[in-house]
Amino acid sequence: MRCPRILLPALALALVVLSAAPAAGQGEEVPAGRGFGARFLQALIDGVQFGVIIAITAVGLSLVFGTIHLINFAHGEFVTIGATFAFFLNASPAGPGWHLIPAAAAAVLFGALMGAAVDRGLWRPLRARGTGLINLFIVTIGLSLLLRHIVLVLYGTRPASFAQYDIQEAIDLGPVGITPRDLTVTLLSILVLLGVAALLQRTRIGTAVRAVSVNRDLAEASGIDVQRVVLVVWMFGGALAALGGVFFGLVEIITWDMGFKLLLLMFAGIILGGLGSAYGAMVGSLVIGIVAQVSTLWFPVDLQYAWALLVLIVVLLVRPQGILGRRERVG
Amino acid sequence: MDFSVIVSDALRSGIGPIAAIYALAAMGLNLHFGYTGLLNFGQVGFMLVGGYGLAVTVATYDGSMWLGVLSGLGCAIVLALLLGAPTLRLRADYLAITTIAAGETLRLFYRSSWAEPVTGGVFGLQRFAGDFYDLNPIPRGTYGVWLVEFSSQDLWVLTVGWGLVVVVGTLLALLVHSPWGRVIRSIREDEAAPRSLGKNVYAYKMQSLVLGGVLGAVAGMLQAIQVQSVNPDSYDPAVTFFLYTLLVLGGAGRILGPVVGSILFWFVLTFLDSALRQAIGAGYISPELISTSEVGAVRFALVGLALMLLIVFRPQGILGSRKEMLLSGR
Amino acid sequence: MDADQPPAVRASASAVSAHSASAAAGRLAGTAAEPGVRKPDPLLVLDGVTRTFGGLVAVRVDHLEVQRGAITALIGPNGAGKTTLFNIVSGFDRAGRGSWSFDGHPLTGRPAHRVARQGLVRTFQLPRTLSRLTVRENMMLAAAGQHGERLLSAVLRPLWRRQEREAGRRADELLERFRLGGVRDDYAGTLSGGQRKLLELARVLMVRPVMVLLDEPVAGVNPALSQSLLGHITELRDEGLTVCFVEHDMDVVMGISDWVAVMADGRLVAEGPPHTIGQNPAVVDAYLGRRHDEPGAPGVEPTGDQSTGDQLTGDKRAGDQPTGDEPTGDKE
Repeated sequence: MRCPRILLPALALALVVLSAAPAAGQGEEVPAGRGFGARFLQALIDGVQFGVIIAITAVGLSLVFGTIHLINFAHGEFVTIGATFAFFLNASPAGPGWHLIPAAAAAVLFGALMGAAVDRGLWRPLRARGTGLINLFIVTIGLSLLLRHIVLVLYGTRPASFAQYDIQEAIDLGPVGITPRDLTVTLLSILVLLGVAALLQRTRIGTAVRAVSVNRDLAEASGIDVQRVVLVVWMFGGALAALGGVFFGLVEIITWDMGFKLLLLMFAGIILGGLGSAYGAMVGSLVIGIVAQVSTLWFPVDLQYAWALLVLIVVLLVRPQGILGRRERVG
Repeated sequence: MDFSVIVSDALRSGIGPIAAIYALAAMGLNLHFGYTGLLNFGQVGFMLVGGYGLAVTVATYDGSMWLGVLSGLGCAIVLALLLGAPTLRLRADYLAITTIAAGETLRLFYRSSWAEPVTGGVFGLQRFAGDFYDLNPIPRGTYGVWLVEFSSQDLWVLTVGWGLVVVVGTLLALLVHSPWGRVIRSIREDEAAPRSLGKNVYAYKMQSLVLGGVLGAVAGMLQAIQVQSVNPDSYDPAVTFFLYTLLVLGGAGRILGPVVGSILFWFVLTFLDSALRQAIGAGYISPELISTSEVGAVRFALVGLALMLLIVFRPQGILGSRKEMLLSGR
Repeated sequence: MDADQPPAVRASASAVSAHSASAAAGRLAGTAAEPGVRKPDPLLVLDGVTRTFGGLVAVRVDHLEVQRGAITALIGPNGAGKTTLFNIVSGFDRAGRGSWSFDGHPLTGRPAHRVARQGLVRTFQLPRTLSRLTVRENMMLAAAGQHGERLLSAVLRPLWRRQEREAGRRADELLERFRLGGVRDDYAGTLSGGQRKLLELARVLMVRPVMVLLDEPVAGVNPALSQSLLGHITELRDEGLTVCFVEHDMDVVMGISDWVAVMADGRLVAEGPPHTIGQNPAVVDAYLGRRHDEPGAPGVEPTGDQSTGDQLTGDKRAGDQPTGDEPTGDKE
């Protein structure tokens, strides 16, 4: 029963790659210094690195959806704010010029506080007012627009990098290479994801979060403080989003709209994995990251996000409940 | 600080072509969201395929304007069918996510180097609106009363735009007050009921999606004609959110909601914009705080804030009834 | 299954029968009280209908026939699969296997709106009132075959004006009959729970159905209104409509049904006229758990109709919660 489920992402990936293969002939051949196998491997590694970062940001979004069924369109802005906050502490001329590591830690903390602030200051009062779910979606759209452009005013349009770990020599690993920075980020991301999984499986609060996701009323009836769980989920989501933002800023670049662009990839990952499932979000994001990077073997780089989003639409057509989603609910 | 400039800017924007274009696009969105309850967060995608359908036909393939209009409409229909087919049987959230993703995907495809031979890539396309302006019966010159003046070109776009708003508004009014509209509205309330009573809910949602999408495409074409160019980056997802803001402002589920909303939205937005620029220019606001180049961003932020405040404090907008809004379980 | 009843039980039960004898009940008089029995004039026929939710069998009905022109009650403890069966037959849920036909036409796997157009129309446990439509609009919506519901003719009022007027007349008649005339121009969202139940019943009739599936038509309604609703339902039967309803309240079941089908754990465990069903050991098993193994075992026979009825209703009130198999269209 478990086995085919685990194989599915691989299968989905294989399908995407295969379907893209015939198109490869039409694209102009990249003058290859290296063989296709090496380039594929490199793209795969880049894809995994990209995928785990998307996964870190997507888990929070997915948990929020799982617990209160809200699609937080402003989640991308949490990512941007995390990255720009760390940038401010680390590299901005106006900032204190901290080293990146304490700056990143502060950004994660700030992300958690921001999560708590929007839960306490916005969603809870709105729920108390009886604002419907559809209207709450629109509020998140407004919040996204507001936050994104506040960042734009404060941060500006210029892309920037952190002060440390900016330019590095790649470690040569035979056919492929990876910079120590990227390797560290990837490994850290994987550790964080494993940590999240352990937290959800092993701890009391993790169990409570899963219980609320499965059946809120039942969880409430069994004495779980749902409000507290929701608060924790928001803080957790905010912190992870900020961390993902710092990581993304580290391996790519910091821009004022990076979060919104990532948001769409997070959506793709979450739907691919199964709406509302944290593990689904991880697996789906990984696939999306790989699709985005591997697509560059055949298609222009400026389309890499577009392919990932196309995967989203194809998944909805073929298997709307996602890879790990349940087709049927237990009655 | 010249107050008459501010008022003139605001008035010109509130009744100008841009307001008519947004009113049209929002009318489509109103059919989706206000009447059918479909959460389309990618109306800008329909505007994009409309605008590009026209521009590509004329500028890239040397077709006539009318052919361009047809291909723009055709693209919108195809897009609606593609988006609707997988998602309209699913929960509302799926449509929301898919439409926002599709709008952005389209923008990325149209601006990519890969599509450049056809769409002009990041440079977009120009010189396709000639046929439209050749039809302009208004002699050259500027026309206006009081503080408001339009060039004959703008006046022509404006006349066509508001003319379309009147025609479309009349058609929509007839539609939503017909038995068809009754089914559409019943889907908004609770789609299980019409299904149980023998209505093919999926088909109705699809019709609504296509029709509203076509209106978005018409708006997109008119916009392309008005600025005489199409550029992928003007089809930002924020355009859809602007449409939501003005729709909620005017009143969703009201025929005149998008019209009133659009006029007021553009009036207020331009007023603020112009006032801010004037205040910065006159030194009332220190450029340290907000520079002129940041006024655009401030404007977007204010729209976001306005959208939130509207939904929270006046979800029925200007024309809606509070009583009715309270009955909705949404 | 294990439904061979001792003749003595059947005889004693008929003595306490309180339900009005109807023509339909008369036609069913010769039908044996066993699950899956053939009826003289079946309208709805189910065969091997199976539905599983992730390994859990929610419904497995081998054979069930519903008699034309009769009121058939579908009872059973919570989670027995009654609503799921309704959902399958009405096209709101998909069966894993099985086939069913209505009035001789195959209905298997038909989408909900086609089922309704065939003349088989359902209601819901929680009334699906359309809040921001007026009561009258709720009714008008249900009228079948409206030309004005087609997109192209919708803008041309003359094409559907007459039809609309006729539908309006019928809607007003039905609203008067169901005592909703006074609120016909109010938003349906302002109605009370009982009025919503009435509206839903009236709305179903606008479709001019051949058969109605009523999911707990009197649940959560005050006793007076409940009586009035039941009166309406028997009236409909007497006018020739076939009725099948899910109900927990045994008094209601005894009072109006001509035939009772009992489900437990997704299976059809018993069938029979209402007065015999309380004594059926399979039914007692279903409701009270398997405390006795053999039908007629000494010491565990229910003491009488009254006490069984009370226990059954008590069971319902103790744990009446949604089964989670709501027919919202959020899958597929």
